[in-house]
Amino acid sequence: MIDAIDYQLIAAVQAGLPIAARPYAVIAEQLAITEQDVIERLARLKTQGLIKRWGVVVKHRQLGYRANAMIVMNVPDERVARVGALISQQACVNLCYQRPRQGEVWPYNLYCMIHGKSREVVLEQWAELRHDCNLSDYPFEVLFSRRCFKQRGALYARQIAKGDGPTPSLIGEEIKNKLSFGVHFA
Amino acid sequence: MLAPLHKRLLNDYQQDFPLSPTPYRDIAEQLGVSEDEVLNAFQTLSEQQMISRIGPVIAPNSIGNSALVAMAVPEIDLARVAELVSAYPEVNHNYERENRFNLWFVLIADSETHLKAVIADIETQTGYPTMLLPMLADYFINLGFELNLHD
Repeated sequence: MIDAIDYQLIAAVQAGLPIAARPYAVIAEQLAITEQDVIERLARLKTQGLIKRWGVVVKHRQLGYRANAMIVMNVPDERVARVGALISQQACVNLCYQRPRQGEVWPYNLYCMIHGKSREVVLEQWAELRHDCNLSDYPFEVLFSRRCFKQRGALYARQIAKGDGPTPSLIGEEIKNKLSFGVHFA
Repeated sequence: MLAPLHKRLLNDYQQDFPLSPTPYRDIAEQLGVSEDEVLNAFQTLSEQQMISRIGPVIAPNSIGNSALVAMAVPEIDLARVAELVSAYPEVNHNYERENRFNLWFVLIADSETHLKAVIADIETQTGYPTMLLPMLADYFINLGFELNLHD
């Protein structure tokens, strides 16, 4: 379903499409395939869902959205999918995942993210969300971000030539096999 | 302050950036400006760090294994631990958050074995335990970030 060239293509585009008149042709030349092939492969990967979206990735902090809260909730298992789907549809919510509870230390199983221009705005949006989606029964915590130590797009595949791969001790057989066609995952 | 063209470029092309030989020209035609204006605007947005990239957002766990990881680190030791964590190429986002669990980062590895090895290494290097929170379900379909264009 996904071949070696697809992985090389992802490695080539994940840092960003060139800002040039024929950007896909630039990528095509790097991979020694045609421009049309690049476009068709990206369209297919998008249709298949591996590429969740293809486009501009903004830096919300730089754009003035400095208040960023991760909200965690404890929702009964039988309701979590329904609640997750519901809050995902609200305009203020950016991400929504179910994750495993960690006992009493961290009893939360539903995570969502709200970005806003100020703390007050985010807290107002959270209050509305709780009300509109009937979340008042569920224990929660709001975790505002403080310092950002690192932010970059996920690096799923990297060309060896560009190379700062995993520490050598961590390279297992699986990665070595992938290295044989010139790409590995990190 | 963002120019109107910049706002449109930031807001309207997060989801379906044109997959055609001349995407910037297509956008220019859609917005009624020249291709050079679009290219220059994207160049500026990129230089000013308003955009991270024009590119793919990969569905979680479709390639490799990823997990959110949390650590509870004494305030006085947080900078050291954060720096150690950020140095791993497998770590993407790494944030301080206001909580007893005050360090939160996303790890992406090629396999679960690799992921666990990195986690074990981080625990050894930093001297603190981690809380591993893999994704069980993703409820969000549209990952774009909607900007408020009226302010």
